[in-house]
Amino acid sequence: MIPLIQQTLRGAIVALFLAASIGVGATEPVGDALASDSVYQLDIALTDQNDRARTFASQRGRVSLVSMFYATCRFTCPLIIDALRQTEQALDAEARARLAVLLVSFDPEQDTPEELLALAVQRKLDLQRWTLARTESANVRTLAAILDIRYRELPDGEFSHTSPLILLDAQGRILARTDVLGKADPAFVEAVRQALTIR
Amino acid sequence: MSAMPVRLSSMTRLRTLAMLGAFAAASGAPAADYVAVAGTRTFSSVLATESDAAPVPIAAFSLRATPVTNAQFLEFVRLHPAWQRDQVASIFAETRYLAAWPDAARIDPAQANQPVVAVSWFAAQAFCASENARLPTWLQWEYAAAADATRTDARDDPAWRERILGWYAQTAGTPVADVGGERNAHGIADLHGLVWEWVDDFNALLVSADNREQGDADRMRFCGAGALSMRDRENYAVLMRIALLSSLSARDVTSSLGFRCARAAPGVKP
Repeated sequence: MIPLIQQTLRGAIVALFLAASIGVGATEPVGDALASDSVYQLDIALTDQNDRARTFASQRGRVSLVSMFYATCRFTCPLIIDALRQTEQALDAEARARLAVLLVSFDPEQDTPEELLALAVQRKLDLQRWTLARTESANVRTLAAILDIRYRELPDGEFSHTSPLILLDAQGRILARTDVLGKADPAFVEAVRQALTIR
Repeated sequence: MSAMPVRLSSMTRLRTLAMLGAFAAASGAPAADYVAVAGTRTFSSVLATESDAAPVPIAAFSLRATPVTNAQFLEFVRLHPAWQRDQVASIFAETRYLAAWPDAARIDPAQANQPVVAVSWFAAQAFCASENARLPTWLQWEYAAAADATRTDARDDPAWRERILGWYAQTAGTPVADVGGERNAHGIADLHGLVWEWVDDFNALLVSADNREQGDADRMRFCGAGALSMRDRENYAVLMRIALLSSLSARDVTSSLGFRCARAAPGVKP
């Protein structure tokens, strides 16, 4: 279990730093204090597909789509990537350019940065905006808990899991979620569009 | 009952021990009322995946002998005000968090030894982390709770099942009793009949209301072999627990949901 209080404090410090260092108009406005209902209250450490350390809360300041997956998954997980793509393809290019996408692995044992990068290349993901990440195994369940994602490791090493796409505003508040896979969910796309037009 | 229960009446003692690096998990000396639970090579959980119904091994661990009390949780929020109900981030606990307390940092004397309820999963995990522990996994909890006073697995005994179901009926609508009921064969008390309890992997309990309804559409939501099927449909008391836990989100609280903490045995990977 991560020390939540420390993390919250660190989140506040990061927030102050962001507020001080980002010029007005450079990105979505960032308030001084992190919203009480922000998922970034949970500031866990991630490692991305390029083996760079970052934090979950470093998504703050951008509207994001978030979900969880694992790279060796053959069935649902490719569909999650498809659904994220279908959702962003439904946006105009200007809006799409401001949308970040974060996928965190259920399987830190298997999903090394090399595996994540290989998947990103194979699926031709735009790594300017997309992040495939892993975190320490103790953090996986906590992250799933805050995103209300259910998962279970099966005896054969596969994972059974729910597959929502979750829309976060720049502050990390959950604005919408959908369980629709296989096509873009029109109501969800509209929520993403609106989130990206709020200035 | 291998460990002498030591009342966790003073967090100062715990903090001092922490500073000295002398936690029970490291040294084997009890700092709080944690009781060693021997593992087993084969435990038949009421939960079984469709792909593998074989019994599972349970590694040795230690478990709090009783649920965490209001007095203990009060000590925790006084030390960590971010977990007081008037300061907690709303993403970590809903509005009814600790609602039975008269004040954010005060309890009624009568509440002191009652199990704390109306705590979220995040708050329970933070408390356990403060004493170098975690919530028990579902399997650890189910294994500890399978025992009666003399047997480590009494689940096949219809009389035991009836007694547990009787406890559930009894507690409905009556005030919550103090912790410290009869200890089972492991030396653990209050696993049945007092409160529901959070587990670490509550969000792994993917159980559909009726497994017969698992058509292809439902399977699409899951990667892998799908939801759990339940092995032992007669064990209603345990199945009710699973139904409750699988319906919750981590920030939810209920007026009858508390928790206890667990530690890996020394040298055992958690």
